[in-house]
Amino acid sequence: MANLRDHMGRPIVAVTGIGVVTSLGVGKTDNWAALTSGKSGIHPITRFPIDHLNTRISGMVDFLPSSSKGASPLTYELAETAAQEAVGEAGLNSGDFGGPLFLASPPVELDWHERFSLYNSDKDDAGAERLLRVARGLKELDIFETTQFGSIADRLADRFGTRGLPITLSTACASGATAIQLGVEAIRRGECDRALSIGADGSATAEALIRFSLLSALSTHNDIPEKASKPFSKDRDGFVLAEGSGALVLESLEAALARGAAVLGILRGCGEKADDFHRTRSKPDGSPAIAAVRAALADAGLGEDEIDYVNAHGTSTPENDKMEHLSLSTVFGERIGSMPISSNKSMIGHTLSAAGAVEAAFSLMTMREGVIPPTINYDNPDPAIVLDVVPNKKRNAEVRSVLSNSFGFGGQNTCLVMAREPV
Amino acid sequence: MSSPRDVVITGIGLVSSLGEGPEAHWQKLAQPGLQPMLEAARFAPYTIHPLPEIDWNLQIAKRGDQRQMETWQRLGTYAAGLALDDAGIKGNDDLCATMDMVVAAGGGERDEAVDAAILAASESRNDRDVLLNEKLTTELRPTLFLAQLSNLLAGNISIVHKVTGSSRTFMGEEGAGVAAVETAAARIRSGQSTHILVGGAFQTEHSDMLLGYELAGYLHRGPWKPVWQRQGADGGGVVSGSGGAFLVLEQREHAMSRGRKIYAELGPVVSGRARRSRGELGAEINALLAQAALPNGELLAMSGASGAHAATTAEKAALDANPAIAARGFSTLTGHMKEAQFPFAVALAALAVDRKAAYPVFDAATEKPFQGVPGTVLATAIGYHQFEGMALVNAA
Repeated sequence: MANLRDHMGRPIVAVTGIGVVTSLGVGKTDNWAALTSGKSGIHPITRFPIDHLNTRISGMVDFLPSSSKGASPLTYELAETAAQEAVGEAGLNSGDFGGPLFLASPPVELDWHERFSLYNSDKDDAGAERLLRVARGLKELDIFETTQFGSIADRLADRFGTRGLPITLSTACASGATAIQLGVEAIRRGECDRALSIGADGSATAEALIRFSLLSALSTHNDIPEKASKPFSKDRDGFVLAEGSGALVLESLEAALARGAAVLGILRGCGEKADDFHRTRSKPDGSPAIAAVRAALADAGLGEDEIDYVNAHGTSTPENDKMEHLSLSTVFGERIGSMPISSNKSMIGHTLSAAGAVEAAFSLMTMREGVIPPTINYDNPDPAIVLDVVPNKKRNAEVRSVLSNSFGFGGQNTCLVMAREPV
Repeated sequence: MSSPRDVVITGIGLVSSLGEGPEAHWQKLAQPGLQPMLEAARFAPYTIHPLPEIDWNLQIAKRGDQRQMETWQRLGTYAAGLALDDAGIKGNDDLCATMDMVVAAGGGERDEAVDAAILAASESRNDRDVLLNEKLTTELRPTLFLAQLSNLLAGNISIVHKVTGSSRTFMGEEGAGVAAVETAAARIRSGQSTHILVGGAFQTEHSDMLLGYELAGYLHRGPWKPVWQRQGADGGGVVSGSGGAFLVLEQREHAMSRGRKIYAELGPVVSGRARRSRGELGAEINALLAQAALPNGELLAMSGASGAHAATTAEKAALDANPAIAARGFSTLTGHMKEAQFPFAVALAALAVDRKAAYPVFDAATEKPFQGVPGTVLATAIGYHQFEGMALVNAA
């Protein structure tokens, strides 16, 4: 009989379904095959013109029916596709999930194409006045829905029959991990037996790209797109904007075993700590990231020596990778040089609101498959960052536990600890 | 029966067209026949409740920090500071560093001048996507993005007030405020947290914030009317207002151990998602009322009703069906504050039980007087478009 409670007497939380979509494809099979063969999904931008843009590459998901329809429809489709895979794998009724929904998704805004079309459907007045007048004459709710922050979750709640008021959240680049943390906490508090946690981001519009570009956050290595994301390399120059989604069905181990579900992994611990230093830069001493990692380990009841692999935040920005190295070396000490630490973002780019969920999905697969996906484009190591980044080629390894890091703009840091087995 | 893990309210930070702080709000709202502060010209045909004059320096000491924010983030950061001050937490490094935070947020303000210029140019250009790149790459202020990001209200609260235990931002109009309070309370009750800052802000004095309602025709037009009396008038019934509401929620034992004044105890917080297109809203409101387990006897209700025709009609019917309930539609006096609406309702409920007095009617034609001392007050937020929530607030 498995132990059903963790070291703090709380219900153990199992993962019984995993879904994922990235620029590498739809579903776990295609993504895993690409990821472990070191294939990059980064490609030239074709969704909109690239005139005047310094960055002309991305990891956009260009192959879904909603890919050209705007951020809200695409984010919904990404979330729905990943959730369908996860719920299907868990063997649950996909129209009557019966637990709460936690959705990490990007903030919404009226799409420019809608703005243009509303504005140019009339000739009187100008600016906002015209938009407002046209807006109140609309007969359909479609455009309105794309501007409501709760609408994507509302539709998903209808689609999957989740229970109660769905939560839509943002902790910037940590959002996906926060969605998982909220699910874990709800199960631990006994509020539910299962939860659906999704991170989805289909918001790579021209304006989003320009905004990040103006903050000097993006790589401008346009010439060979698949080489642009190079976490921990000396010549890294920013992240690559990307889209994707990850979904997990979380379930109390007790409920999962009772219904005979296959347990794919355990969500052992979550830790968070906010940074008060700066809006885009982290505290130079790395203390918030260090505290988040330590909080996750403590919550999981694991010591530093019990983590086999780190799925890095590894964005490929000069700042993040340096700070992540600093914080990991502080927590893991001497051992850091020999611990495998790889960044999925070297292949899929930074999927922003989805990243924490996508990378949790890959972390769980890493343990199940006994294969660590590489950090690709590691041709020119940063001498100041001495890490075993699993350079360029996958590695077979027995991985019993993973730490997955997510550090967000605005100082929101969330770390997850996952394990292969319940003990 | 009080328990050490009760959730109590030890800090309230409020800003609305009526002023700032719990005392100012109580003083104003306790005046029978108070008239709302309205701005009917600036966004005509829409009326709004504008922000009062605020000296941002009082809660955001550094000019550099103020410059990094637009009004929405400043407003939220300011209201959060008021709540922290009120709870005796501001400036206490240990308490701030261990304090959790859940912020209910929408988005920040876009640059209206840049947008208007792009739209104007779009009338004579067919290559609109190229136009967009051309204008946005050259005319956007680089740091404006940070002032627009939903999670950066929480980010600014961390930077300015040093609240760093944890930071989460919930999105989704009124429902975000409901879920924020509900989640914060659950964390305290389960022992996961001892003190949490929770709340939100809404800055309506920006065309995009009005557009967010008006794309579905939700805004009331023409002469202003109290929130319960807008059926049949031009438009959709919502009159919006700028404002913010933050609460410090604390484990009772934690609050007592540091000798803090307790305004009220936060009882059950319940939430739901009616499938309104299937006509479920009325039944959902009744189910939430049942789930909240209302006490016997006369009950004061601080209703966050928005004025939106369908939602407000359904809420009014449900509240009217219970003759013990005396509702106060506070949007009559503050306007609808979206994400801040539910925290605001809870704050007003806490003030009433603390002051041992009910508010007078805000609308003499439709609301009924409440006699006696309110020991428990109901707070509601029925979303203008989706999501519903309620809480009971009890005397400390």
